[in-house]
Amino acid sequence: MKTINRKILRNLWDMKGQAVAIALVIASGVATFIMSVSTMESLKLTQKTFYSNYRFSDIFASLKRAPESLRKRIMDIPGIDALETRVVAAVNLEIEDFSDPVTGHIYSIPDSGESLLNRLYLREGRLIEPFSDDEIIIGEAFAEAHNYSPGDSIRAIINGRRKNLTITGIALSPEHIYQMNPGALFPDFERYGVMWMGRTQLGTAYDMEGAFNNVVLKLAADGDSDRVIDRLDELLRPYGGLGAISRKDQLSHRYLSEEFRQLEQMASIFPTIFLAVAAFLLNVVVSRLVSTQREEIAALKAFGYSNIDVGLHFVKLILCIVVIGVVIGIGSGLWLGKYMATIYMEFYRFPYLAYTLSPSVALIAVFISTAAALLGTIYSVKRAALLPPAQAMRPEPPERYRESFAERMGLKRFFSQPTRMIIRHISRKPVKSFLTVTGIAFACAIMMVGRFQGDALDYMVDVQFGLSQREDVAVTFVEPRSRKALYELQSMKGVLYAEPFRTVPVKLLYQHRSYRTAVQGLESRGELQRLINADLQPVQIPEAGIVLSDYLGTILGVREGDRLRVEVLEGNRAVVEVPVVALVKEYIGVSAYMEISALNRLMHEGHALSGVYLATDSKYESSIFAELKKMPGIAGTQIREKAIDKFYETMGDTILIFTFINTILAGTIAFGVVYNSARIALSERSRELASLRVLGFSKGEISYILLGELGMLTFAAIPFGIAIGRGMCAYIAGSLQTDLFRVPLILESDTYAFAVTVVLVASIISSLTVSVKLSKLNLIAVLKTKE
Amino acid sequence: MSHLEEKVFQSSGITKSYEMGEVSVHALRGVDMELYAGELVVLLGPSGSGKSTLLNILGGLDTATSGQVSYKNKDLTKASDRELTEYRRFHVGFVFQFYNLIPSLTALENVSIVTEIARDPMDPEEALGRVGLANRLHHFPSQLSGGEQQRVAIARAVAKNPEVLLCDEPTGALDSATGIVVLEVLDRINRELGTATVLITHNADIADMADRVIHLSDGLISRMYRNEKRKSPKELHW
Repeated sequence: MKTINRKILRNLWDMKGQAVAIALVIASGVATFIMSVSTMESLKLTQKTFYSNYRFSDIFASLKRAPESLRKRIMDIPGIDALETRVVAAVNLEIEDFSDPVTGHIYSIPDSGESLLNRLYLREGRLIEPFSDDEIIIGEAFAEAHNYSPGDSIRAIINGRRKNLTITGIALSPEHIYQMNPGALFPDFERYGVMWMGRTQLGTAYDMEGAFNNVVLKLAADGDSDRVIDRLDELLRPYGGLGAISRKDQLSHRYLSEEFRQLEQMASIFPTIFLAVAAFLLNVVVSRLVSTQREEIAALKAFGYSNIDVGLHFVKLILCIVVIGVVIGIGSGLWLGKYMATIYMEFYRFPYLAYTLSPSVALIAVFISTAAALLGTIYSVKRAALLPPAQAMRPEPPERYRESFAERMGLKRFFSQPTRMIIRHISRKPVKSFLTVTGIAFACAIMMVGRFQGDALDYMVDVQFGLSQREDVAVTFVEPRSRKALYELQSMKGVLYAEPFRTVPVKLLYQHRSYRTAVQGLESRGELQRLINADLQPVQIPEAGIVLSDYLGTILGVREGDRLRVEVLEGNRAVVEVPVVALVKEYIGVSAYMEISALNRLMHEGHALSGVYLATDSKYESSIFAELKKMPGIAGTQIREKAIDKFYETMGDTILIFTFINTILAGTIAFGVVYNSARIALSERSRELASLRVLGFSKGEISYILLGELGMLTFAAIPFGIAIGRGMCAYIAGSLQTDLFRVPLILESDTYAFAVTVVLVASIISSLTVSVKLSKLNLIAVLKTKE
Repeated sequence: MSHLEEKVFQSSGITKSYEMGEVSVHALRGVDMELYAGELVVLLGPSGSGKSTLLNILGGLDTATSGQVSYKNKDLTKASDRELTEYRRFHVGFVFQFYNLIPSLTALENVSIVTEIARDPMDPEEALGRVGLANRLHHFPSQLSGGEQQRVAIARAVAKNPEVLLCDEPTGALDSATGIVVLEVLDRINRELGTATVLITHNADIADMADRVIHLSDGLISRMYRNEKRKSPKELHW
């Protein structure tokens, strides 16, 4: 090894603490980058191959019922490559030793052979025997939740009739990568399942012989999605078509796309912060190194080393730190990525996940970290390279100081000499002080971002289920029923209170904008289902007119008082104009509301109801569930609280792990910045601190001078960090405003406290590390040297 | 000169050895000396003779390996770190070759930082007046010449009214004209305030301004004599 390179290793060894701190900050940036990009790439690749190998359809349409003969006319629409008509049945399931109501959807598959579209990936078992009467394939998530395996039997209530079915296989479908009961907030694999049965068998059970109520299409290469959807809607309208949707609106696909968007965001925000901080730290450390090595640089040049040799010497030193960071970063990024992938596999049901890290991603990570590091240090390296040897032989001129702004303002008399030293030192290098504050502030901000989603989720659940949807059980009928059904449920033992609701699918139009949703008819003075305004106060539903969620109002561009065109998509298919009477706050879904009798008048129906909300006495829960299961005509029963509990149970560990990872990331930044600042300050000022020790100052007093500055900067960083944190959370919340949910900008006081604590603890630990060195100052040596 | 009889320092058999890697260096090999109140002693010797080591031990910056050092009957060899800090804070004034001023503090503040922690100090402005810098109070070190910086350092050292002033090569970094101005200040302080002063130098010409001269070589006192008459620094040249 060349001697000059050996010098690099010695220099690195001398500054090992700082080098490691910086390498860890780089590693954090690289790790978050590798983790999010590799996870995203792996998921996208898996999605793509799963979609194409299992023929995921492009267009999805539901309708009430159409004869199979319609199929040919649909096929005649230009631009269609493949088409499959299906029967989809909403069912109740009875599971032994599980008293809670369980609902599901059964999709038909061809009686023999494979589906044309949305083929099943069989995890276990086999497809059904052709025309067999009692076989079913169930989804993997549901099977796992209840420990089902092929050969087990399950009881389903299809169209009010109980049917014993044997499970032949456990499968996954590209259509149900994300499985959630429509209208639910979270997936609940225990209480909702997706399954498949033969077309004839399901058709018979669901009164759909020779008919279908669902159709999926694959477009030809030149097929135009919008045109096909228009033609399809036209054809299906007489058959109760609910409007076709394209793949981008399909629930499972949308959730997955949302996830990709969030991963993309993470892949850009976090690495940028870390690498910027690393660049700043390298800048500080290298410029200090160049200052202390002036004489060495001069000597090297005097011996004939060129400017380039000297510049490269420092570049190599920087690259050593970058390499350490990148290696640790790629390693931990891979580990985290794999871990993330297992978490994703819990929620997104892929048959497999081909976890890959393409070499180009690793190369990009190497490239951007190197670029950031060199960008941060280019000025110091250039300064070293261009230093004229004769000048470098002389010591640097003394640092210039002047009175700080606060002192010139007349506050001087309040400051002791040590405090003046601190203030002047800060104000002498305002940019460096500002960047130090910014670095520490980002630690605080990252901590807040890490906890933000949990806070927002808690808040959404509190508002949605604490204030708005307050029923214990929601019972949905297969067909609208008369008011008699309400009284029936009301008279059940253990039911404290019942409230009817009516759901009608509609298309809402205003000027050129339109949106497909359902109008919920509710009782105007409802207790169980309430609408909430922005101040979280209940809003009474007026006798006439329509109430929209504020998000739907924005989509349609309507305000209170505007008149909205409502096209009913079932029954009499009425088309009416209705005034918008209020906008309400809603975080989940996109709904419209009317008073239930007003909605029924619009439909020309008497007292029809789609379902009933119940408040129940928990003591009678199981008897209520048992009775509900026996009742005919009930499409589904949902228990809110258990679904929420289950979700938190699943998410609990995940949230904890993410908090832990974020704490480490934030701690790394805080420690990296504070420790480096303290070490640099110690190096720059050990001479004056030793002089003060000689003059009779105690260790505590000089620690105050050195660490007081860092303390002051840390305290300045906290409010700044909170502001940056809020800004970042607001940005993230802003990007999570979708039809599915709107994430509010909510940060609990715990989150602030936790973020501040992490920053303070990291600062204190790094200060203590440095103050140990401070107490070992060599008083004599420092006085004998001229810096 | 009756006050000369009062001993400030009394040391006997001081040795000091360092472990420098695998060899041990014997910087002092048994030094006996006294310092009397009010006298000005020049400690002469080539580099490596142990004079700085001796000064550091007297000043409480370092401790002797063996032997006895007492300051006004207080045993410095057994003092704790805290006691040594207190000793430096209240009793000793230091002047260094490279001034060691705090760059972020003005001349006045460099003095105040010491008087603020001292017992019964003089007014910092008075201290700076004594070294002839009454008109440079609010200048930062970067705005002062080397000689001026050293005079601030002297003002800082004497402002606490120390019993003893220890100067390690105070003119080492200065040209001779400026050096003489600095020595004049030290001479005047010694005469006016009666502060016992130990001045280290390797410049034999400076010895003439001392009451007493001690030669050190190889860690031992090789010669010690008393000047019949102290010369004024003005009469010195080198």
